[in-house]
Amino acid sequence: MADIAIRDALRQALEEEMNRDERVFIMGEEVGEYNGAYKVTRGLLDTFGPRRVLDTPIAELGFTGLGVGAAIAGLRPVVEWMTFNFALLALDQVINNAAKMRHMSGGQLSCPIVFRGPNGPAEFLSSQHSQALQSLLVHVPGLKVVAPATPYDAKGLLKSAIRDDNPVVMLESEMAYAWTGDVPEGEYLVPIGKADVKREGKDVTLIVHSKPLRLALEAAEQLAAMDIDAEVVDLRSLRPLDEETIYRSVRKTNRAVVIDEAWPMASVGSHVAWLISHNCFDELDAQVELVCSEDVPMPYNHTLELAVQPSVEKVIRAVRKVCYTE
Amino acid sequence: MAGTKAKQYDKTFLLDLLTDMLKIRRFEEKAAQMYGLKKIGGFCHLYNGQEAVAVGSVAAVDLKRDHVLTSYRDHGHALAVGMDPNVVMAELFGKLTGCSRGKGGSMHLFDVERNFLGGNGIVGAQIPIATGVAFASKYRGTGGVALCFFGDGAIHQGAFHESLNLAAVWGLPVIYLVENNHFGMGTAVKRVSSVEDFSVKAAGYDIPGRAVNGMDVLTVYEELSEVVEQARTDSRPCLLDVKTYRYKGHSMSDPAKYRTRQELEKYKEQDPILLLKARMLENGHLTEQEFKKLDDEMKHVAQAAVEFAEQSAEPPLESIYEDVYT
Repeated sequence: MADIAIRDALRQALEEEMNRDERVFIMGEEVGEYNGAYKVTRGLLDTFGPRRVLDTPIAELGFTGLGVGAAIAGLRPVVEWMTFNFALLALDQVINNAAKMRHMSGGQLSCPIVFRGPNGPAEFLSSQHSQALQSLLVHVPGLKVVAPATPYDAKGLLKSAIRDDNPVVMLESEMAYAWTGDVPEGEYLVPIGKADVKREGKDVTLIVHSKPLRLALEAAEQLAAMDIDAEVVDLRSLRPLDEETIYRSVRKTNRAVVIDEAWPMASVGSHVAWLISHNCFDELDAQVELVCSEDVPMPYNHTLELAVQPSVEKVIRAVRKVCYTE
Repeated sequence: MAGTKAKQYDKTFLLDLLTDMLKIRRFEEKAAQMYGLKKIGGFCHLYNGQEAVAVGSVAAVDLKRDHVLTSYRDHGHALAVGMDPNVVMAELFGKLTGCSRGKGGSMHLFDVERNFLGGNGIVGAQIPIATGVAFASKYRGTGGVALCFFGDGAIHQGAFHESLNLAAVWGLPVIYLVENNHFGMGTAVKRVSSVEDFSVKAAGYDIPGRAVNGMDVLTVYEELSEVVEQARTDSRPCLLDVKTYRYKGHSMSDPAKYRTRQELEKYKEQDPILLLKARMLENGHLTEQEFKKLDDEMKHVAQAAVEFAEQSAEPPLESIYEDVYT
């Protein structure tokens, strides 16, 4: 085991998969000579050369579509978006093409491509650079979407994503690239579509994905001091969604709080909350609570931007509500 | 126009071109008829008048290593690459025997075995994809060229400009071919474009650009043969503004009231089929009787395609979840 940061875990995944499969290449803004806007691709240009590590112009639609074309022609591109906010310019190629190629061709084509980069709020970035946009992507059949929050999951899921024959969107977090954790020395994969119980508990289930995993675990620690034993389910994959792991946990604890840093309407959080209400109705001892972003664009002011996002306090408040201990 | 051009070609080659153009014309007439009978639904964009562009261009590429991509006005290209008219008509009918098993329809024809990669319904969205297909050919060293068709309506999309820049910067063998039929749906080119000769746009990306008479199949073939060879040898893109004309409306629901009868008749005087026929008659490659026989055969092919589509099975309801993921 080595204690490494998420950015290094991601780089290891890229390096291993590029060594393993000559068809894998990476492209995006600043991925080569600059070594990556967030240093995920540091050193890859030196190792693999400009044929397989390509700096693109600032033209998200163009290079994303180029990736889709390369994928249907038999390569396995990894497209890095500097942030998901900029990827909005490329959504036509993701939603109308990558996600539909197999379907529209009656199964003739596959589109093995990974779109990855930082998503979700960072700090002091205001409305255009601090958005959690997963709801837009999770909505689309034909895409897979993964959202790791530990180095172990980041590496294992990226390797699985690169080997997958479908388009996979990988949500990373600017704030979490430096987070560290144990990663095994040898080869391993984390399967797409499997949630992970990050903390076992019996009183309430916290369901979370991406960066808010950390605040869910912190809330669980504080709740333990209040004699509330929280289980934390990290979804890791948003599409396909591991519903069974969610239900198994909720049927044990009979209480659920869903945490999602995206806006509430038509979100992963609201969908999971509905699934629980629909499938675990008889086992629930309280209504399902949702802790998510306030339904507003992100403000620049630090106090305001923190107030907009899920927090440990908001999670504890929601847990106390479903445990009737307010 | 090169009046004596036909002399240098052997009869078989010319007859193939004539056959393909007639096949497309009669197929489209049949498709229009079937649309009127509600056998075909949705959008149906016909190719009548533009036959020389697809047929002359496709004759100039090597489908064993080159790829062809186009827009939603794709019946002509599908037939030009050699797709079975039965399978194309069945797709228009939404039948299980269609090339996309009834999932794609008129706008999404694909034939992977013939390197025909669609059939794209979003204006200009196939341009980055074709660029990526060329990238893959270069990456693998296949010597393949991507032939990318799109209409004049696509020329103002960002996808076009981003792709030309990427292909120029990375030295990708793509032929960007504008099928300039002078109207983006109901809007005349001159009303929405700063220039009417699109070949000049090539200069902005430092790539070769040419204007081509798209009503003359031999001119199209000769121009394409040159640029395909150049793209293959130099691994460079080029842009062709191929002037053509569509006889029908933008789609079946468009009565085309934005143009005059006189304008349409003017173009019909240069009809690509009649032009080639006249040359072949003049050079003794064809007799009126032979033409009549060929035309009857192509009418029969179109009729047989309708019968095949009529008799084919509907896709089963269970197939809705097929071909979404690999």
